[in-house]
Amino acid sequence: MSEAVPSPTRSPWRRRGLLLAPVAVAGLAGAGFYAMLRGLGTGRYDPRGVPSALIGKPAPDFTLPPLEGADRPGLAAADLKTGRPVLVNFFASWCVPCVIEHPQLMRMAREGVPIFGIAYKDKPEDSLRFLKQHGTPYARLGTDQPGRVAIDWGLYGVPETYLIDGAGIIRWRMAGPVTEEILADQLTPLLRRGA
Amino acid sequence: MIRWLLLALLWCGPALAVGDPADQLPDPAQEQRARVIGRELRCMVCQNQSIEDSDADLARDLRRIVREQVAQGKPDDAVLRFLHERYGDFVLLKPPLKPETVLLWATPALALLGGLLLIRGLRRHRPPPLPDALTPAERDRLAQLAGRPQE
Repeated sequence: MSEAVPSPTRSPWRRRGLLLAPVAVAGLAGAGFYAMLRGLGTGRYDPRGVPSALIGKPAPDFTLPPLEGADRPGLAAADLKTGRPVLVNFFASWCVPCVIEHPQLMRMAREGVPIFGIAYKDKPEDSLRFLKQHGTPYARLGTDQPGRVAIDWGLYGVPETYLIDGAGIIRWRMAGPVTEEILADQLTPLLRRGA
Repeated sequence: MIRWLLLALLWCGPALAVGDPADQLPDPAQEQRARVIGRELRCMVCQNQSIEDSDADLARDLRRIVREQVAQGKPDDAVLRFLHERYGDFVLLKPPLKPETVLLWATPALALLGGLLLIRGLRRHRPPPLPDALTPAERDRLAQLAGRPQE
């Protein structure tokens, strides 16, 4: 019987607000979800895309031995300071997305972009076989079998690609394969600007 | 035969255990410190596990680095800083307080405040309590109702 007592203080606006608030919240959540899905489709939103902590900082100091039989010199931090932008690409023969990005690396190498490779936690003979099969885009090639240098770069998986400007500062990082879209939309404009 | 199989299975036990004893520090106090530090660090591959809980390759590498630095006598915050410099805020399971994270840290306080305001608002609009004394007419009616089954 008590609920039958109408509250004179409750204005119709208040009632309407109470009714509309959940609808508005649901609507906003739906819009957010839609934007997320769209972003996933176009690649603008990447839930795993963690920004590198090293952007704007000099590349870490390191020296890596060459890959025996690859006919390329090893790689050290000093090699990165060439006065022009260079790419550092971590790869491994056991990494499937590395195969996806390899044609893009080969194309950039043909166009004269210096690419330095680091074989991450890979047996030398496996790396060699991988490069024989897919081609060697790397001007220099270091091997990081223990994966320690990779940690100094903040690497958390392969492939990862870093763009280093002429002064040796890290300007861009791609965690995952450099697809044709990423090459066209992100990397090529950066390289054209001279990073 | 079955007895032998069971024995063999028991023997396999240690090999299946998650923590590799070879990766642990001989000094239990240092190992304990390394575990506390490791639980503060996110495994970047699995994202919602600490490096102490994760089986991922990278988590194992990071566990080793933490133990190496603890064994070298580095203080806890220096070990955390080492990984923070390389992996950024995301590696810390407890996000640092800075302008971008103020809202995150303030959320519990804001939620509590919102809840208190809501409770206050609801109390204000509660209908006035009913008078507890019955009117004589009601008392008569009640007596009538209560008396009916005896009729």
